[in-house]
Amino acid sequence: MSAALLEVQGLSHRFRLKDGRAVRAVDGVDLAVGAGEILGIVGESGCGKSTLGKTLIGVLGADDGTVRFEGAPIQNLDGTALRAVRSRLQYVYQDAGAALDPRWTIGRSLDEALVIHTALPRAERDARVRETLAAVGLHGDQLSLYPHEISGGQQRRVGLARVLALHPKLLILDEPTSGLDVSVQATILKLLVALWKQYGLTLLFISHDLAVVRSICTRVAVMYLGRIVETGPTAGIFTNPRHPYTKSLLAAVPLPGGRRVIDEAWLEGEPPDPLDIPSGCRFRNRCPMAQPLCATDDPTLRPLAPGHNAACHFA
Amino acid sequence: MRSETALVLRKLAEDRLALVGLLIVLALLACAVFAPWLATFPEAVTEFNPAHRLRPPDSVYLLGTDRLGADIYSRLLFGARITIAIALVAVGVAVAVGVPLGLIAGIHDGVASNLIMRLADIFLAVPQIVLAIAIAQTLGPSLPNVILALSATFWPWFTRLVYAETRSVRNETFIEATVALGASPARVVCLHVLPNIVSPIIVRITLGLGFTILTAAALGFLGLGAPPPTPEWGRTIAESREYLPDAWWYAAAPGLAIFLVVVGFNMLGDGLRDVLDPRTRRAGRPRD
Repeated sequence: MSAALLEVQGLSHRFRLKDGRAVRAVDGVDLAVGAGEILGIVGESGCGKSTLGKTLIGVLGADDGTVRFEGAPIQNLDGTALRAVRSRLQYVYQDAGAALDPRWTIGRSLDEALVIHTALPRAERDARVRETLAAVGLHGDQLSLYPHEISGGQQRRVGLARVLALHPKLLILDEPTSGLDVSVQATILKLLVALWKQYGLTLLFISHDLAVVRSICTRVAVMYLGRIVETGPTAGIFTNPRHPYTKSLLAAVPLPGGRRVIDEAWLEGEPPDPLDIPSGCRFRNRCPMAQPLCATDDPTLRPLAPGHNAACHFA
Repeated sequence: MRSETALVLRKLAEDRLALVGLLIVLALLACAVFAPWLATFPEAVTEFNPAHRLRPPDSVYLLGTDRLGADIYSRLLFGARITIAIALVAVGVAVAVGVPLGLIAGIHDGVASNLIMRLADIFLAVPQIVLAIAIAQTLGPSLPNVILALSATFWPWFTRLVYAETRSVRNETFIEATVALGASPARVVCLHVLPNIVSPIIVRITLGLGFTILTAAALGFLGLGAPPPTPEWGRTIAESREYLPDAWWYAAAPGLAIFLVVVGFNMLGDGLRDVLDPRTRRAGRPRD
């Protein structure tokens, strides 16, 4: 692994409720993203994947912990300093259609990123927009359309073009393929890999789709209830998962002609209420391997193989 | 944006009630602009002819004459100028004050937002006409004071509307996405929030113009408007009371004028509300 482009330590974000309680959506995340990686972040719905992404770019504030980008801390910045970071660290929204102003044409939305972050004259911005548009496989005549006039796949491409025009270092992609037809998914994934090479990007790929993650990511981090419980190279995670949660996630993937999912899946019940996270290991209530130790000691990520870490006492 | 304007106009043209409303409003504007040319007795505002007082409508005095012998038709036309001036300035000031306050209160959470909205609530707690009468009475009867009284009572409506709309728009993903892109708060508010809530503001302005004309006429009727011999419509009705029911045209003409104009603005406002509704607009927008 090359030097970490993004280094996260103990990062937390809590959503405070009116009654004073707090939802610990992101709860002590440790993560390092090396330059040039495609790191997949997987986990069930509601485990805090998107919240983690939004806390990393500073749309949500960090309650605890540090985020270092290119060596400098960036958590809870504001104003000019935050804007400077954002030209290099960008977030691509899951619902690309909703992330575009419905009253702005595609062209104006694409131009806006450059207006905000560069001092380029109009002609150069135009050229940059057209060049990026071509890179994501769209035509110049789509610039005059409104977001609702193009398809879901095209909206994703526009969302990508909007941030790519800034030539960022790191892109956080929130469920970039969800809600798309399988054929469109495939073309978007192909496009992502092509852009990754062309622009020398580092990608943080948030997804619940294990097949997609397996096909595109160089490394995988498994998230459970606001924390990373296992990280490792994609091959290692998928062939030799160490954390019981990862094992049950993988066992839940249906395979054509394989055994029925129900026979192997251990995972029972719903994840615990993030308002009331269990003591010790947060997975113990659903874990088939749980021991008394798990109720008292909260396991931290420990190295099991080169580049492969898991947060389990018995992994 | 140009094609959108064209579409709004085309849909408006299909709405018969809105079209009638638009025609009435345009007619009012024409009356105000061309009053000196349309009037049969352009000097009726300042010169009087007591010999011809209280004449019923005929071919010379189209809508009869008043107690001083002035032509009511001509005075109505000049009154349209006052009506429009009051309504436009009063609503304009209310928009200029109310919309920014609503945006500020809608975007921020906390003390400033609460202060603004509670202040608006206090103004809204008193019936508008009562508050306007109190203000106009305190400051003395004059045209600027009527405008001031109307603006002071109308701004909270815009603040409340803009506040509510801003609250709902600011939770949209595209607002968060624009912030994430790196846009400054001023940019987000002026270029993304405001354009997305402009439709309800336009509707409220249209309806508000009609309502303000009605309130202004009420103030004039109570003697709180411009002093005589200003041909203000409300004041004319007030003057006519002692001559009713014999001189029926004296009250009927300005009364009908107020009625038509208010109804006109309301029909136009309702039509605009239908046309500017984003759901109907989206369904109808052609692909180009």
